[in-house]
Amino acid sequence: MQLGELMPKLKVSLLTGRTIDQGTGRERGKFSEEYERSVAVCQMDPDDVRLLGVRENDIVRVSTDFGSVILRVAKSARNPHPGVIFIPYGPWASLIVDPETHGTGMPSLKGLPAEVEPAPEGSLLSLPELLRKHFKKG
Amino acid sequence: MPAVSHVPCPVCGDFCDDIEVTVEDNVVTDVKNACAVGAARFLNFAGHRQMKPLIRKNGELVEVSLDEAIRRSAEILADAAYPILYGWSSTSCEATRVGLELAEEVGGVIDNTSTICHGPSILSIQDIGISSCTLGQLRHRADLVFYWGSNPWSAHPRHIERYTMFSEGRFRQSAWEKYLSSLGGILTRKRLQRAVNLLLGRRLSSPPEVEQGLPYTMFQKKRKMVVVDVRRTRTAEAADYFLQVKPNNDYELLQALRMLIRDEELDVDEVAGVPVELLEEVADVMIGCELGILFFGLGLTMSEGKHRNIDAALSLVRDLNQYTKFLIMPMRGHFNVTGANVVFTWQTGYPFAVDFSRGFPRYNPGETSVIDILCREESDAALVIASDPVAHFPKTAAQSLVRSPLIVIDPEPTPTSFMADVVIPSAFVGIEAEGTAYRMDHVPLPLKKIVEPAKTCLSDVEILQRILHEVRKMRGGP
Repeated sequence: MQLGELMPKLKVSLLTGRTIDQGTGRERGKFSEEYERSVAVCQMDPDDVRLLGVRENDIVRVSTDFGSVILRVAKSARNPHPGVIFIPYGPWASLIVDPETHGTGMPSLKGLPAEVEPAPEGSLLSLPELLRKHFKKG
Repeated sequence: MPAVSHVPCPVCGDFCDDIEVTVEDNVVTDVKNACAVGAARFLNFAGHRQMKPLIRKNGELVEVSLDEAIRRSAEILADAAYPILYGWSSTSCEATRVGLELAEEVGGVIDNTSTICHGPSILSIQDIGISSCTLGQLRHRADLVFYWGSNPWSAHPRHIERYTMFSEGRFRQSAWEKYLSSLGGILTRKRLQRAVNLLLGRRLSSPPEVEQGLPYTMFQKKRKMVVVDVRRTRTAEAADYFLQVKPNNDYELLQALRMLIRDEELDVDEVAGVPVELLEEVADVMIGCELGILFFGLGLTMSEGKHRNIDAALSLVRDLNQYTKFLIMPMRGHFNVTGANVVFTWQTGYPFAVDFSRGFPRYNPGETSVIDILCREESDAALVIASDPVAHFPKTAAQSLVRSPLIVIDPEPTPTSFMADVVIPSAFVGIEAEGTAYRMDHVPLPLKKIVEPAKTCLSDVEILQRILHEVRKMRGGP
């Protein structure tokens, strides 16, 4: 049996949105530690966190049809919302959202099907590292 | 020590104009009345700045003179066949006006951030129409406040305090005390219960339920708040009714409410995860109010259905006006996104996604909107002002944006300026530069200059005028 099969995966609905921490974090500078901490995070229902076999601040990989990203886990204070994860707007969330606009100009940023799995081997990239990796510039 | 009063806050669409800022030796030392985000803006804006213009040479951004950066920007725009000019929601209306002139001159596409915000709301308002008002009206008269797919506690932190539940209006009471006492009451009751249990060593019956959903009376002077959201947000905790809708099911819920308001029966137990009994109660409250307001946010515009969700919300409000007075307003994000729409409209006839490539303004969201253009890889240059699309556009669109020459005008370093080919630092509008901006309810207010900017940082208006002048010179114009 391969390691991948042992790792639990959780099918969830992905929401993105604003948080007050993201708001104050960005005002301290987009390259500040506060901003990074406020947006490179996956807020999950506490039951889902347990189900996934991880703990707060552990590393997970969130994948959609459009990409995957490594994030830190946080237990959502806005629970219960089983099966729903929340990532604040920012460079991390943008890597996995749906660019399809359905003729309106607006991409689909809320309610996307996604998968969460533990990624103990993954490491959280800093913002410049993340940008260089995905945009090959900077 | 000079304290400047009535400073409008250049952060969110609420555009609070009662901020008091203390300035000593050109440094902001204290801020009063602002929310956490506003205070962070005033106190930290000077801490993380790029002061000199940059140009990418051999893959590295190097400092250059302002003249060189302006010239290079003009070259990029003049040489491009289909450039994008994007941003505009966090700068002044005056800058947007020059931007539109520049877009027309270079035959490009100009789009503002409503394309990835309330763009679908605008499409729907153009189809259906909107019954709206100013926020002052609501503060004094609204007795029923809906927040649908919007969490003002995080995104517009003073909205509830200034205009709705916790504001003291001429005809409406603030619910602040009620909220605090209900919170305090619940906590005290829990503590007492625990103490009694400990003392008696036995389990008592559960505490009495907090009174909820009181029958609504027409002449009550208190307000009621209803929150519809996919998560129990802080705003939801302060609400009288909270409807937790399943993600992507807002359309069904809106249509169900429309049916109930028309006195039609629903043959199901729940709609979109919300029990029909609760919906019936809320529908009664809606019909029974004196003046209701439905604020809606990106929970409606970004999820499945997009502008069709807004169609349903606008129609719901239209239906309600057969029984009572009901209004609706989008919760605009940036402090001048409304201004960008207004200036775009009075200059070109269209509020966003305006294409000048044929020599006259054309508007067809889905085709001339910036995300679609980027995903089709049609643009060959871009100017981004006061915005950070690399952080907020889907990856495919952002990758396409950074592939062609990119000019960024921004007061601070952002992921987009990190990827840029030309970076022109500007003065922070509303702190270091004056101008005009429109609050979310279309009320224009003057932006104040409270601090002198560095000599190397011109205002957005001056930078754009100089680029425009340079482009015209290159094309042999006046």
